[in-house]
Amino acid sequence: MFLRMIRGTLLRQWKKMLMIAFTIALGASLASAMLSVMLDVGDKMNQELKTYGANITVVPKASSVLNDLYDVEGDTSGTYLREDELGKIKTIFWAFNIVDYAPFVSTQADLPDGSEVKLTGSWFNHHMELPTGETLDAGICSMRSWWEITDGTWLDEQTMTEEHSAMIGAALAERLGIHAGDTLHVDGTEAALDLHIVGVYDAGGDEDEQIYAPLHTTQTLAGLDGKIDSIEVSALTTPDNELAERAAKDPSSLTVSQYEIWYCTAYASSICYQIQEVITDSVAAPVRQVADSEGAILEKTQLLMILITILSLIGAALGICNLVTASVMERSSEIGLMKAIGAQNGAVSGLVLTEIFLTAIFGGVLGFFAGFGFAQIIGHTVFGSAISLKPMVIPITAVLVVLVTLAGSIPAIRMLLRLRPAEVLHGGH
Amino acid sequence: MSLLELRNIYKIYGDLHALDDVSLTVEKGEWVSIMGPSGSGKSTMMNIIGCMDKPTKGEVLLDGVNIAKESAKNLTGIRRDKIGLIFQQFHLVNYLTAVENVMLAQYYHSMPDEKEALEALDRVGLADRAKHLPSQLSGGEQQRVCVARALINYPEIILADEPTGNLDEANEEIVVDLFHKLHNEGTTLIVVTHDPEVAEVAQRTLVLRNGKLHKEVINQNFTGKIQFEDRQEVQPHA
Repeated sequence: MFLRMIRGTLLRQWKKMLMIAFTIALGASLASAMLSVMLDVGDKMNQELKTYGANITVVPKASSVLNDLYDVEGDTSGTYLREDELGKIKTIFWAFNIVDYAPFVSTQADLPDGSEVKLTGSWFNHHMELPTGETLDAGICSMRSWWEITDGTWLDEQTMTEEHSAMIGAALAERLGIHAGDTLHVDGTEAALDLHIVGVYDAGGDEDEQIYAPLHTTQTLAGLDGKIDSIEVSALTTPDNELAERAAKDPSSLTVSQYEIWYCTAYASSICYQIQEVITDSVAAPVRQVADSEGAILEKTQLLMILITILSLIGAALGICNLVTASVMERSSEIGLMKAIGAQNGAVSGLVLTEIFLTAIFGGVLGFFAGFGFAQIIGHTVFGSAISLKPMVIPITAVLVVLVTLAGSIPAIRMLLRLRPAEVLHGGH
Repeated sequence: MSLLELRNIYKIYGDLHALDDVSLTVEKGEWVSIMGPSGSGKSTMMNIIGCMDKPTKGEVLLDGVNIAKESAKNLTGIRRDKIGLIFQQFHLVNYLTAVENVMLAQYYHSMPDEKEALEALDRVGLADRAKHLPSQLSGGEQQRVCVARALINYPEIILADEPTGNLDEANEEIVVDLFHKLHNEGTTLIVVTHDPEVAEVAQRTLVLRNGKLHKEVINQNFTGKIQFEDRQEVQPHA
């Protein structure tokens, strides 16, 4: 009998029920679209922000202590990281999230005009064969993607013909009158070399007064074979939460389960911790500027999406409220009759709620898929890639649909409970 | 013990006394009509007897239970178990068939039983119309479905509010004949009506005016049959 009544109502009031389903679908679609984007935006934003450079720096422990104590760049003389350990970075638990990295070593060199210049050694597009079988071309070609090459080309380590090539900053090149293809004699602390200039770059900062050369060239000039000052790492990270912040201060303060969760999540702090484990006497730390802007942009984007979700759900609840109340008012004599012939409030409410929830399921499923479609449009428009379906979106959307449907039905149910059969069947008196 | 007893009932809305110190008794198996002009308190009395409203003051004893003091939930239960309601507007659920409308009363009472519901429709002469929707039935047929629905749970009292108000003479006679049959089977009937012909076929007619019980008329020539050919203006005996 219950099913016959449900079927009867749904078929008889199909237009109204379709409107309710459509309202729910609208709310659910916005909620699922925003949730899908929100849960996926962390990775997408990370990928976008990778173009701004490294987000983790690794320095020797001694220079890090000086930095922490005096808030100045430490004197790194005598404290170096080992070049032969660089490959280990791609062996940590989160190796897959390490998208790029480059070692750096700096020295002072004398130029023919008697001036002194900072000469930095690094990888440009260093080719690596990893133990996992993967290959990786890492270095500043990709990590300094914002540099503008004003003359010549990027230094290509793999096709380099001259033994000692280099790139020179635009300001220094202009002062010295150097162009791509020229040779520049530099006198380092341990050796003197003629550098073949392959390109002039405009970095828009201090680097424009410097020379960048391959790692081994700088090491030769400074007599620092196998030694490096620092490593810059570009890693895909999960935005920090309270656990990550606590772990960053002191991993030993975590319980075993918290430690496992933290270690197995791609927080910047856990990746830093794992890098420290493989690089001897090193301190790895997130680059605050990048990490903070990542966090700030993520927070603001997510807040905006939460607000849109809440507003759309409120809108849906109000729509449901109007439609369900109108439906109950239209059916007041039918409901009054049910009460008159013995239906208790619970039975009548159950009937109306079942009708609404069946409609909500239909609308919710429709809305979920529509929302996933919206998410793809947002993904392709904003990030240029698809938004992946996070399984978590399904239960969250389901719970939101239930809550919104319930909230929207409250006024109608209250009206239904207050409805007196005498008033709707033949007037009060 | 009387089946129904109203003791000094008042129903007051602000300054309006819809019922003003009304007392009456109805015995088991009796057929009583309640008459009166609009605003006389007929519907208010029907609502109180039908457990759909409570008096402001006074006692209403139904089968010995003072329903004036019962909660809304208990009143629903009493209504379901003891009272069969018939309405002027029929109030059938328009997306359910005739038999399903009868089964609806069973569903809220105990268990729907299609066979029994079909028998109830047979009693009112509608066995062949069981699968029809209300919109496919005439007014008289709809009212007979309403009677079948009121009967299905074997109530103590059948309470009919203007049961012939929307019917033509032929259907009016059919419905009154049904009441006569029910009365003969021992069912207690309380019929609220404007129609003197319908009122005077009852054993007793109560006339309400301005919320008070104005007259009570005993039908000395009770036949339970409507007499259209002798239609006269009703002048109930004092």
